[in-house]
Amino acid sequence: MPSYVIPDKCDGCKALDKTACQYICPNDLMVLNKDTMKAYNQEPQQCWECYSCVKICPNQAIEVRGYQDFVPMGASVTAMRSSEDIMWTVQFRDKGIRPKRFKFPIRRGVSEGQAQPFDLYPTGDDDIKSPTLMGEPEGLNTEKGPVKFDDLPKL
Amino acid sequence: MADFETVVVETDLLICGGGMAACGAAVEASYWAKKHGVKVTVVDKAAMDRSGAVAMGLSAINQYVDLNSGNNTLKDYCDYVRNDLMGITREDLVTSIARHVDNTVHTFEKWGLPIWKDEEGNYVHEGRWQVMINGESYKVIVAEAAKNALAEAGGEYFERIFITHPLMNGDKCVGAIGFSVRENKVYVFKAKATMGLMGGAVHVFKPRSTGEGFGRSWYPPFNSGASTFFTLYAGAEMTCQEVRFIPVRFKDAYGPVGAWFLLFKSQATNAYGDVYMQTNADELDKWAPYGHVKPRPANIRNWLMMLDVMDGKSPIYMQTAEAIQRIADESPDEKAAKKKLKELEAEAWEDFLDMTISQAILWAATNVEPEKKPSEIMACDPYFIGSHSGASGAWVSGPEDLQTDETKDEYFWGYTNMTTVPGLFAAGDASGASSHKFSSGSFTEGRIAGKSAVAYILDNNEAPQVDDALVEELRNEILKPLDTFQEHKDATTDPDINPNYIRPTQFMYRLQKLMDEYAGGVSAQFSTNDKLLEKGMELLGYLKEDKEKLAAENLHELQRAWENVHRMYQAEAHVRSILFREETRWPGYYFRADKPTLDNENWLAFCNCKYDRNTGDWEMIKRPVKYLTQ
Repeated sequence: MPSYVIPDKCDGCKALDKTACQYICPNDLMVLNKDTMKAYNQEPQQCWECYSCVKICPNQAIEVRGYQDFVPMGASVTAMRSSEDIMWTVQFRDKGIRPKRFKFPIRRGVSEGQAQPFDLYPTGDDDIKSPTLMGEPEGLNTEKGPVKFDDLPKL
Repeated sequence: MADFETVVVETDLLICGGGMAACGAAVEASYWAKKHGVKVTVVDKAAMDRSGAVAMGLSAINQYVDLNSGNNTLKDYCDYVRNDLMGITREDLVTSIARHVDNTVHTFEKWGLPIWKDEEGNYVHEGRWQVMINGESYKVIVAEAAKNALAEAGGEYFERIFITHPLMNGDKCVGAIGFSVRENKVYVFKAKATMGLMGGAVHVFKPRSTGEGFGRSWYPPFNSGASTFFTLYAGAEMTCQEVRFIPVRFKDAYGPVGAWFLLFKSQATNAYGDVYMQTNADELDKWAPYGHVKPRPANIRNWLMMLDVMDGKSPIYMQTAEAIQRIADESPDEKAAKKKLKELEAEAWEDFLDMTISQAILWAATNVEPEKKPSEIMACDPYFIGSHSGASGAWVSGPEDLQTDETKDEYFWGYTNMTTVPGLFAAGDASGASSHKFSSGSFTEGRIAGKSAVAYILDNNEAPQVDDALVEELRNEILKPLDTFQEHKDATTDPDINPNYIRPTQFMYRLQKLMDEYAGGVSAQFSTNDKLLEKGMELLGYLKEDKEKLAAENLHELQRAWENVHRMYQAEAHVRSILFREETRWPGYYFRADKPTLDNENWLAFCNCKYDRNTGDWEMIKRPVKYLTQ
């Protein structure tokens, strides 16, 4: 079962308005068992191991165990995602190999929720029929050099 | 009869989907909608932060034309795409996307996506058209902007609603119908224009892993052919349904090879150390002129590898250790070499962790340290994906300003990215013959289509006419698998084994087995012929009849039932198109053993098809390939 839930850590997201893993799974796999108030992966064979549930779980209650039809046992990859970066720990099957730890940024310069969709660059014309998209042509950043269109019509 | 409430939502523009193309459409359409008082509604089968093919993240943006560098032109990009697809390309569509995509990438950066920079502040390129990113949250960031755009324009967003069918008024698309996968509700969306942006198709063919690893397809298993069915059912002309994509990736977990090939300049060899791209180079003549272009077309690289596989020279390896050593050797001293190696190691692992975490697990579980030993690569199973090196999708109008006198009659009919069905638009994996758009180009094409759809609404501003009887009929059809299950479940002691119905999983296995064996899947080494295809059509016919007996125990299974119906139509469009094209053009994607060569004289053409939902008839159409450049 690719993603699995650790019962001691899962609280069924009682304090939240929805079960986080059930909310996020792109393949509709994570469900909350209303009797036990613990989540589980209802169709592990359809799991892409995308870690969306792992990353969103507020209690770090979800981990992934490699597909057993081709992955030897004993290794693990764990993720800790914050609003700015993500920390990865890779443990090998051979414990003689030092575990690897990586930290990568996930955002730069704009805090969560603050992405401004419009007017990052001025829009050249207001004609709904023109090919000009929002923020063009300035957003194409052509000031550094000529845009070569060869013999194709220009924007 | 299942007890379901019917919810009716009226809007101006309906965007079906939540991936990159749908987010692009939501942003751009909202911008213009706000100016013109148009209502935009997005409906997604998942949650936008992680829906679509970029759910896990990506380690690179694969389309950045970098026009401002002065090094690249739009013609260069067209040449690259046309040659990779062996000549079968709509240059007007490729150019339409390429001329805007840099703006999209710059906008992503302004939204907070970390793009790698060199010391001079320029983007770090993985290859000529690719830039490296820290892309774990790529989709989260793009979704955030899309949701903010909808909010600013007064739009609406519905999650966890699975769209099954378009709503039609004669030949015109007037919305969509589907159901909530969380509560007993059927949703009817009435719209003046509708965008079918629901991704490509996976699991039409049997994957290599059939146990727990079944879900570890290269492209995500939740891309289930919804776009193809939606546009086909609406009566839209489809194109390139034969042009499946088979990527070569690290074996079993399908981790990306782009960084290894492009950034680290690694070589691939057979088990005996031969570089198959060199030792099999004579084969390139057979596929001229495309066999001789550089970079070699993806399907030709596949083919040269497959020749060694068929010759018994497996396993095939990516020579990672060699590549890392060579880069270290180029360093001026030992200290610099050590530092460089550490950097490379982090880059190699991030490549996996950003987009295919399973590959990191597999490497760790098989004690792979890439600097010490090579790793196996292998062809995945066939996927339908118009955004990458495949080309399947709807046949859409190109922009007027990019047409020549020769192309205008064939490639232009009004609104950019509108299908041949009035009011129905497609982009991303849903639109065909415009390959190599990837994530950034799919988003860009969504933008183009979004603006165009708003223009369509302003010109055709009339309330959508939806026939209540049609809604009722579709509602019954959609919910039927639930009724079938309830009606018959007690006929046996095991709900899985029941002569009265078929559950969605077995239905999918049946589809996959016949596609695998008759339409050139993995176990047939991607080879087929006319007779196999005809037999496959017969078996597909039985499956199509048995679709009436699909049974679903709950909403989750009802979603699976319809996903597999969608896949079945993708399969039929594929088989019919391979049969229609009497040649082999992409040998590394599929091989027509009865027509084993390229036939440019007769088949440098598009194979299009149409489906009639009233009669069930298919029409195959040959359309000319007309270039803008050359």
